[in-house]
Amino acid sequence: MVLNNIEKLIEKYNNAETSLAEEKQLKAYFNSDDVAPHLEQYKPLFQYFSLSQQEQFTKDVPLNTKKKTRLYQWISVAAVAVLMLGIIVPKILGPSDEELKQRELAMETYNRTMEALSLVSLGMNEGKEQLTNLALVGENINEGAQQASRLSEFNQVTNRILKNK
Amino acid sequence: MKQTDFVSLVMPFKDKVFRLAKRLLVSREEAEDATQEILLKLWNNKQKIGDYKNVEAFSMTMTKNFCLDRLKSKQAQNLKIVHSNYTDNSSSLQKQVEAKDSVDWVSKIMDDLPEQQKIIVQLRDIEEYDFAEIAKMLDMNETAIRVNLSRARKTIREKLTNTHQYGIK
Repeated sequence: MVLNNIEKLIEKYNNAETSLAEEKQLKAYFNSDDVAPHLEQYKPLFQYFSLSQQEQFTKDVPLNTKKKTRLYQWISVAAVAVLMLGIIVPKILGPSDEELKQRELAMETYNRTMEALSLVSLGMNEGKEQLTNLALVGENINEGAQQASRLSEFNQVTNRILKNK
Repeated sequence: MKQTDFVSLVMPFKDKVFRLAKRLLVSREEAEDATQEILLKLWNNKQKIGDYKNVEAFSMTMTKNFCLDRLKSKQAQNLKIVHSNYTDNSSSLQKQVEAKDSVDWVSKIMDDLPEQQKIIVQLRDIEEYDFAEIAKMLDMNETAIRVNLSRARKTIREKLTNTHQYGIK
């Protein structure tokens, strides 16, 4: 009998001795409509198993094949590098402290020299003024010389007159 | 391995992973997250996937461990997993409601089982793996599995009989 068989199977099932095929048989039996009244209690169990089998995973799984380009991270790295260079380069290539001192010294010497030179030029200017006086004297001398040359011309003329005579 | 290869490899058992996760974590959202996590883990290790003898069994083991970890973790303790999978059953037929009700009972009874037994019942009665496969997945010997399964089935039967006969919880 089928019923007898099922009862035996249930006994085996509860002792976990049924094979997969036998369990399928049980499931088929309890999912059918004509279940013996005294086995009714097992119905929900096997129905539940069959029902649970149909449950599915519907959510999508985001499988990203592309590797993320971490652009922003690299930009920040570049920014930091530029900043560091901005700080370091002038320190290395720019004037050292000693050079700065030397420059200051040179500036001071220059200023002093200029001062001394301006003093000298002041003296020179004074000398120049005196020189203008001298130039005036020279002019007078020149005028005198011109008059003297006229005088000599006059002499020549008088000589020629004397010869003609 | 390309995405399509991976999907076709994973397709046959992703529902099984999900169902096992749901059995252990109860809540549907939690189970979805867990499944996602496991599939992503597989995907990230896709170079090694060829080395696994049985990807399906491996994934089931992974699922089991992942879910048990999740249950143990602090997060799960603080955040009590409450499932809100109550579907609004609009069919008014008394019989259908009753049937649904008693089927729900089974699920409640199974929730009360110890984790180990839950996993075994899930793998055997719902996913229909044979004992050798289950033994491999759970790293147990077959006899122990049979004993656990038998215990679980008897507990379920007992509770079900009680509910059926007296309507007590």
